[in-house]
Amino acid sequence: MTTDPSFTNQTFKIIGTRVPRPDGLDKVTGRARYGADASAAGQLVGLILRSPHAHAQIKKIDISKAEKLPGVKAIITSDDLPDLVKGKRDMLDILENCMARGRALYDGHAVAAVAAIDAETARQALKLIKVEYKVLPHVTDVDEAMQDNAPVVQSWVRTTGNPESNKPTNVCQVSQFGHGDIEAGFAEADVIIERSYKTEQTHQGYIEPHACLASVGPDGQGELWVTTQGHYTFRTQCAQLLGMDIAKLKVTSSEIGGGFGGKTHVWMEPIALALSRKANRPVKLVLTREEVFRGTGPTCSTSIDVKIGAKRDGRITGALAVLRYQDGAFPGIWGMLGGMTAWACYDLPNVKAIAYDVLVNRPKVAAYRAPSAPMAAFAVESTMDLVAHQIGMDPVDFRLLNAAKEGTRASYGPTYGPIGIRATLEAVKNHPQMKAKLGPNQGRGMACGFWFNFGGQTCATINIGVDGTVNVSVGTVDVGGSRASLSLIAAEELGVSYESVKCTIADTASLGHNDTTEGSRGTFSSGMAIIFAARNAVNELRARAAKTWDIPVEEVEWKDGQACAIGMQHNNLEPLSLAKIAAKSPRTGGPIAGHNETVADGAGVSFASHICDVEVDPETGATKVLRYTVIQDAGKAIHPDYVEGQFQGAAAQGIGWALNEEYVYGKDGRLQNPGFLDYRIPVCSDLPFIDTKILEIPNPGHPYGIRGVGETSIVPPLAAIGNAVSNAVGVRMNHVPMSPPRILKAIKAQRAAG
Amino acid sequence: MSGVHVTTTINGDAVEFVCQPGEVLLDVLRDRVGLTGAKEGCGTGDCGACSVTVDDRLVCACLVLGAEVEGRTVTTVEGMASGGKLHALQSKFIEHAALQCGICTPGFLVSAKALLDRNPDPSETQIRYALAGNLCRCTGYDKIVRAVQAAAKELAVDATKAAKKSAKKAVKKSA
Repeated sequence: MTTDPSFTNQTFKIIGTRVPRPDGLDKVTGRARYGADASAAGQLVGLILRSPHAHAQIKKIDISKAEKLPGVKAIITSDDLPDLVKGKRDMLDILENCMARGRALYDGHAVAAVAAIDAETARQALKLIKVEYKVLPHVTDVDEAMQDNAPVVQSWVRTTGNPESNKPTNVCQVSQFGHGDIEAGFAEADVIIERSYKTEQTHQGYIEPHACLASVGPDGQGELWVTTQGHYTFRTQCAQLLGMDIAKLKVTSSEIGGGFGGKTHVWMEPIALALSRKANRPVKLVLTREEVFRGTGPTCSTSIDVKIGAKRDGRITGALAVLRYQDGAFPGIWGMLGGMTAWACYDLPNVKAIAYDVLVNRPKVAAYRAPSAPMAAFAVESTMDLVAHQIGMDPVDFRLLNAAKEGTRASYGPTYGPIGIRATLEAVKNHPQMKAKLGPNQGRGMACGFWFNFGGQTCATINIGVDGTVNVSVGTVDVGGSRASLSLIAAEELGVSYESVKCTIADTASLGHNDTTEGSRGTFSSGMAIIFAARNAVNELRARAAKTWDIPVEEVEWKDGQACAIGMQHNNLEPLSLAKIAAKSPRTGGPIAGHNETVADGAGVSFASHICDVEVDPETGATKVLRYTVIQDAGKAIHPDYVEGQFQGAAAQGIGWALNEEYVYGKDGRLQNPGFLDYRIPVCSDLPFIDTKILEIPNPGHPYGIRGVGETSIVPPLAAIGNAVSNAVGVRMNHVPMSPPRILKAIKAQRAAG
Repeated sequence: MSGVHVTTTINGDAVEFVCQPGEVLLDVLRDRVGLTGAKEGCGTGDCGACSVTVDDRLVCACLVLGAEVEGRTVTTVEGMASGGKLHALQSKFIEHAALQCGICTPGFLVSAKALLDRNPDPSETQIRYALAGNLCRCTGYDKIVRAVQAAAKELAVDATKAAKKSAKKAVKKSA
């Protein structure tokens, strides 16, 4: 595990050190409280009844028997959730996803919910609710859903984008990106490769199911304890959906047991609040793993065509991708994101991506770590290898020749500033893994990946205690150690020790609105707000020192955690440390604080290149990952342990997606594998150690050069493994996951073809 | 339905509770005893987040009935530290950044302790297979395996020291 800091020109005192995380003790002793770990006096147990059909009209819901069961305190259906967001279709979609409104749109769609005095009573009550369905034709495959005779998932949906359409369709959006003349580009090419690919649907697979404790009184005030990536977003969404005042709903984010994008909008939280309001008692609602699979997440399945034309010297002259992403039963922007990211790694004169967002009878798709980019990268990077092979060029050299650089016009529009794609490729070229010998049935692959970085609305508050210790309050949640990174940033900026800083995730009543922790923005944006808040606190500290010394504040500077008087006339004044100024604060003007409320602009993009060695058993088709290396640009690694952790975790998710994970739907449109036994995520014995190399190409848009690091490294694995497996078995793999049956089928087909 | 009265030992303390005959140990621990360290990730024995030991045998608390622990000894993650001193596995997990979200951590710690109790010097492969019943979605397992290796090393040093000390004592006594 190495870090190459040679691109950085800033020096730091404690940024970049591997300090113990502040929440570590609570998390190794079982003390940390997650979504399901909170309870309230008099709480009820909430449970949800879900549709067993992929697509059905709900003719009648009879709750009369369930209501009479002793211990049942509230039952709700969509009748209890009227449309209070008239005209806001995206919000109504969220509400309709929380509970079906007249039609069940996918297997697992919620149709009713109950709150009872205990779990057993609630379970019995669910059985007594009688739902009369009229089963409707369904479609779960993205290509089938685009055909003219396909069942229409949402009758109100029309195609937006180009071409627009005014007839009911499952294609909700067509997006196009690119520049140049694609046909001229292909006409110029010496070699053209065109291929089609499919990827199956996967789930984020966080180990903690969705869980919340909701309490609403008849006075319209409420509290929600919930596992979420964005408690401020949850507050706004719940308040708007339920007709509450935003200020009167306090949302506290619990410790979060993984999210990866799957906890970015509400699922059952409005239901818990509505049950609580109806019963006038707190309601705890925790999903089962089966419900998590059937009713939350997942990411899209896709079908993608890629065409690349190149000159014999390796220059790409034309690049085209047609991407079809299914969004589940509600419109999304996932195809669009696939189209934006598909060609982002390369400097291309003629490039085009046409992306379709398509509805099917599957759960509403949610973000999953660099959402949409891994599938597009699988298709593009597989084809890149094929082109390199065809023209007899090394795949790394071929990518280096065409890689984007500072000043490149990205395929999705903007012109890049300083970026790290070439540096990651150079690091791949020089990595010892590339020279290591391979045995029989083994293959090596590499691939590149790109992801954006989001900034967004962010607040931070710094309060300095009279003993010189520092409270930092932020509104982004800590998904993977960010309290350690953010404490490091506050300590660096104030010039105090890491140990004297305590970072807390504030509830919605204690800090202004913060956008959801998504788009790799946690450390980037809260880090930025903390730097500015600390600088405001330093201004106040300087003012207090000036007051103490009775000199103008302009003659006080902040250096290494203390106020120093500058100029010849003050050189006998002993510097005042933060602790000394804080101790005097009650008499110099009261508590010392620094605040910052901002929209964190200046997000930088991020690139990664991965190397993978695999061995494929030709008898069973099973693939073993032998060696794996992640090289990624981090901008500046605040806490290298947790940057490496993001690289490794993202790679592992990508490996699972590439080789195993898949939603399996039956002909009846029902999910057949909603559990960790049949939906198999990588286990410890499946993986080798995952080597990492952190590159630090500073993001000029951030005071410390930070780029988001959380997502990018899930982008290359599908393609890196696809290339490695293809090289191992001698057959191009074009369908993810490359599960044993698919690999065997591909080998057999190759043999049959001779 | 009438409840079952159970007398048992949990983390060294005598505990009594009444549970339903069909209620699993995990729900008893979390909802009746107030120990929420063991987590429910699946409820079907696939994720290991609820790992505890019953009479030193590693089990998924979601697959054991509460009534089954009558007269037995249950240990959960809350029982791993002795007073203010963390178990070597706990401190190595923090030191090696072996957790991100931390929801799987209690299960991993209990499983890893069960491994080291019966095999104090496991190979990397033995660690990986011993922990294959515990799912982690954040880390890719890399730092978890390293933390377990480091803890095994530290426990071996402690054991050697303790052995030397007791040998010295024995020598003194015999002298």
